[in-house]
Amino acid sequence: MNVPQDLKYTRTHEWVRIEGDIATIGITDHAQDELGDVVFVDLPEVGTSLSPGDSFGSVESVKAVSDLYSPLGGEITEVNSSLEESPEKINEDPYGEGWIIRLRYSGEAELLSPEDYQRLLEEEQ
Amino acid sequence: MSLKRTPLHGEHERLGARLVEFAGWEMPVQYEGIKAEHQAVRTRAGLFDVSHMGEVAFRGPDAERALQRLLTRDVSRLEVGQAGYSAVCYESGGTVDDVIVYRREGDFLVVVNAANREKDLAHFRGNTSDLDVEISDETEDWALLALQGPEAESILQPLCGGDLSTIGRYRFFETAVDGRPAVIARTGYTGEDGFEIFLRPGDAAGIWRTLIEAGTTPAGLGARDTLRLEAGMCLYGNELDEETTPLEAGISFAVHLDKPEEFIGQRALRQEKEEGLKKKLVGFELEGRGVARHGHPVRVGGEERGVVTSGTVSPTFGRPIGLAYVPPQTEGEIEVVIRGRTVPARIVPLPFYRRKQS
Repeated sequence: MNVPQDLKYTRTHEWVRIEGDIATIGITDHAQDELGDVVFVDLPEVGTSLSPGDSFGSVESVKAVSDLYSPLGGEITEVNSSLEESPEKINEDPYGEGWIIRLRYSGEAELLSPEDYQRLLEEEQ
Repeated sequence: MSLKRTPLHGEHERLGARLVEFAGWEMPVQYEGIKAEHQAVRTRAGLFDVSHMGEVAFRGPDAERALQRLLTRDVSRLEVGQAGYSAVCYESGGTVDDVIVYRREGDFLVVVNAANREKDLAHFRGNTSDLDVEISDETEDWALLALQGPEAESILQPLCGGDLSTIGRYRFFETAVDGRPAVIARTGYTGEDGFEIFLRPGDAAGIWRTLIEAGTTPAGLGARDTLRLEAGMCLYGNELDEETTPLEAGISFAVHLDKPEEFIGQRALRQEKEEGLKKKLVGFELEGRGVARHGHPVRVGGEERGVVTSGTVSPTFGRPIGLAYVPPQTEGEIEVVIRGRTVPARIVPLPFYRRKQS
């Protein structure tokens, strides 16, 4: 599974890209592979305030639904509304065009390094 | 408890299938992906391992009498070489299982749902102890492949004896595939033309590989479910259960209420037909965003009065579809409560998908 070195990760298989005070969040290659063909993404509204650990939406595949959890608190500044028409972007490009939300975050979060996330995947095998 | 494996388990592993527990069996849910496998069956041909399905043989002088008592279908109308879809009911009219019965020369084979096999055997034996019939579980004696799709016949024909074009829907014959003994039936669970092929367990892997090499796409239980749902077919545990009658499930074509010998549940079903159904199965399309799933509540006229039995995003149409039980007079607009959100939906005729007749 692809685990890019420039990202941070969560135990619930989201990835986080930190750029200044903006965090972009999506689901990992492993998560999309486990789900299979994604057919629906339930996106939150821009402006929604999240606390760390809040569910902000869900991703559904043909067979399963998986909730999305924000590892960070803050306010949603952008959602990837192209996923409404093309949810398969999450399968095809989970770390790029398949991003889900952007958040102006505040506070610290406990995020996993790529090495720690890789280890988590190996433990779950 | 360890999971049972079909004779094709090694093939699934070699193909990199994702294996899951299903009714006590370790089964492939997908290989490359559900949508691609679904599409392959709709446009070319897909190959499913359905060896987990149960096979129960009925033999002896009273075999037909036993089945007339146990099945809602009039078995006496089946010719040798003909199969029929049937329900099995309790006295209450609730459904024990839905099955396919095959009339062979001198005996019958009943193919039952894997999850219901033990329950069915107890029900079959418990209700026929006064009859001279031997009911044997032959599940482990058979591998079962389903070759489904518009190209199924052209792929299978060069490998088997006999002219497949003469085999009608729900007919079967004994032949050889790739030189090995087989029973080929023109049946399936996808809404496409195709065959179910009964094989000896030791022959299954070789024929599986031959069929893959001939151009079929291996397909898992995930695609099997989306295909049958588009075709408007019932899945036991979703649309059918012990609280639901076959009339409510819309499979009255498999219930012969006028059958000469009384079957278990006949009185209850006759009464239900006279008094009117309490609920009916309908197909719906979501008009809002979301995916309806088994168990989601259905609102009719603003009140919660039904329940979703199956739902998915149709791979063929790209729209969210589903089946639901609603009060019998319901038509037109309904609502589905998806994870706390009320989403408008519209009742549509079944099946969602009907293949073009060639």
